[in-house]
Amino acid sequence: MDFAFFLIQLLNGLQYGLLLFLVASGLTLVFGIMGIINLAHGSFYMVGAYLAWSLSSLTGSLAAAILLAIPLTVILGMALERLLFRHLYQRDHLYQVLLTYGLILVFEELRSIIWGDDVHGVVVPALLNASIPLTDNLSYPVYRLAISGVCLLLAAGLYFLIQKTRLGMMIRAGASNRDMVQSLGIDIKLIYTLVFALGIALAAFAGMINAPLSSVFPNMGSQVLIICFVVVVIGGIGSVKGAMAASLMIGLGETFGQVLMPDFAGMIVYVLMAIVLVWRPEGLFGRA
Amino acid sequence: MPNARLTAWLPYFVVGLLALFPMVESTFYTQLLTKVLIMAIFAMSLDLLVGYTGLVSFGHAAYFGLAGYALALMAPKYETVSLWWSLPAAIGVCALFALVTGTLVLRTRGIYFIMVTLAFAQMLFFIFHDTKIGGGSDGIYIYAKPVMKLGDAVLLDLEKLQNFYWLVLALTALVYLLLHRVLGSTFGRALLGIKVNEHRMRALGFPVFRYQLASFTLSGALAGVAGYLAAAQYGFVNPEILSWHQSGAVLMMVILGGMGSLYGAVIGAFAFVLLQEVLSNQAWFGIAAKHWQLAMGIFIMLVALYLPQGLAGLLQQFGRKPVTEIADE
Repeated sequence: MDFAFFLIQLLNGLQYGLLLFLVASGLTLVFGIMGIINLAHGSFYMVGAYLAWSLSSLTGSLAAAILLAIPLTVILGMALERLLFRHLYQRDHLYQVLLTYGLILVFEELRSIIWGDDVHGVVVPALLNASIPLTDNLSYPVYRLAISGVCLLLAAGLYFLIQKTRLGMMIRAGASNRDMVQSLGIDIKLIYTLVFALGIALAAFAGMINAPLSSVFPNMGSQVLIICFVVVVIGGIGSVKGAMAASLMIGLGETFGQVLMPDFAGMIVYVLMAIVLVWRPEGLFGRA
Repeated sequence: MPNARLTAWLPYFVVGLLALFPMVESTFYTQLLTKVLIMAIFAMSLDLLVGYTGLVSFGHAAYFGLAGYALALMAPKYETVSLWWSLPAAIGVCALFALVTGTLVLRTRGIYFIMVTLAFAQMLFFIFHDTKIGGGSDGIYIYAKPVMKLGDAVLLDLEKLQNFYWLVLALTALVYLLLHRVLGSTFGRALLGIKVNEHRMRALGFPVFRYQLASFTLSGALAGVAGYLAAAQYGFVNPEILSWHQSGAVLMMVILGGMGSLYGAVIGAFAFVLLQEVLSNQAWFGIAAKHWQLAMGIFIMLVALYLPQGLAGLLQQFGRKPVTEIADE
C-alpha cells in the first residue's frame, strides 16, 4: 500500500467516522440526558436524506435544500417530543422500544407513500465538485473533505454548547437530577424538548450532507442506526466524548477492514464491540 | 374454587379444540393457524426472558433464524432429512449460540442489553447476508419437509398440511408445559426474584449470572424450535428471518398479549398474526393494504402508550383482579 492510497483510506475512514459521530452523538445525548432509547433515530437520518433530495431537486441547490430542511427537522423533533416521547420518560425501556419501533414502521411507510421506493442520487454542489490530485491517477474529492470539516465544526460547537454555556450547564444538571433542576426554577421540560430536537436535527443533517455520497434509498436509516448503537455501546452511554472516540474507531476500522480483509469487514464492528464488552462493559467513557 | 378448576382445564380444552380445527376448516386457515402457533412458541420463548427474567432482548430473531438456517443447511438438496436428529441438532446449535452470546450480553443491563442483543442479531444477519454460507441475500430453498420415520414406516407424513399442523400444535403444547414446569420450579421462582430485585437475590447467595445465562440459553433453544418449524413450513430461509423486524414483531406479540404470563404470549401471537393478515388484506382495504405497516406501526404505538399490561392484563381487569398483583406474582 503506497502512501497516497493509505492517505485516501485514512481520509475516508475519518470522514465516515465523523459522519457517524453526528448521528451517534444525538443518540447518546438523548440516552444519557433523558434516559430514552430511540430506535427511530435512524429514521431521522433517512428523513434528512430524502428532504435533501426532494428539496434540492425543487430548488436546484443542495445548500438551499439544507437551509430549508433544518428548521423542518427541528420542528419535527420538537413536535414528536411533545406528543409522544414526553409520555415515556418514567416508563420502562421496553415501552420506549415498542413505541419507537412502531415509529420506524410509520416513517418507512410514509416515506414509501410520499417519496416512493426508488433509489435516488443527489448532485454534489458545483462549488465543491472538484478533486485534489494526489498522484497521477489518484485524487481525493473536495466534497468529502468539506463533510469532514463541517462535522468537526459541529463537534466543536457541541462540545462548547455542553461544556461552556449556561444552557449546557442546565442540560448536564438535568441529566444527573431532573427534579432538583426543576425545583431550582429551570424549565426542564423545555430543555428536554430542545435536546431531543437537537439530536434529531443532527441525525437529519448527517443524512442531508451525506446524500450526494451515499445516494438516497429505503431502509437507509436502519443501517446507520445499528452501527450507531455499536458506537454508543463502545463509547459509553451519554458520553459525547466516547461517541467521538468510538465513531472514529469504527470509521477507520471498517474502512481499513474493507481494504485489508474484505470478507470480514462487516464483522469487524461487532468484534470490536464484543472485545469492549468483555473488557469494559460500561463502554470506554461510560460511568460504571 | 370452581374458577381455579376451570382455569386448570382451560389449556387442555383449547388444545383439543385447536386439534379439531383442520377437520372443519380450509387449507388457508390451517396454514394460517400453523403460522400462529409457531409464532406462539417464539413468543413464549421470549416471554421467558422479558416477562420472567426481566431481560429485554431485541435480538431474539437471531435464534429463530439460526435454527431455520440450520435446517436448511442440514437438509440434503434432493433428499429428505429426518426430524429425529435435525430438530435436536437445530435446537442444539441455537442453545450453543445463546450460551456464547449470553455470556457476553449478560455483562450489560437495561438500555445496553437491548442494544447489544440487537447488535449481535444484526451480526448474524450480515454473516448470512454477505457471505455465501447460506446462499447470501437470496437464501436457500428446503425442498422437502423433514420426515418422521420409525424404522421404515412413516409415522406422520408432514407433507400433509394437517399432519404438519398437528405436529406444530403438539410442540406448542409441549413448550407450554415445559415452561410451565420450569417457571413453577425453584429455578423459575429464583428467576422472578432476579427480575424484581437482582441485588437482593445476589445477597441471598443465588448465582444470578448463572441463572440468567440458563434462562437465556433455554429461551434461545426454544426460539430455535419455532425457527425450525417456520423454515420447514415455508420451505425456504433468507436473511429476513433474522432481521430486526422479526425481533420487533415477537417483542410486540409478548407485550400485546401481556408479558409474564405464558398464555398472554400465545394470545399475543394470535392477535398479532391475525391483525397482520387483516390489515394486509387487499380485498378489504384495497390500496391501503399495500401500506399495512403504517396502520401496524400506529397500532404498536397505541399499545405502548395505553395498554402496557397487554390483552392478558385487560382480561384480568375484567376478572376484577388487580393488575399489580399479577405483575408481582
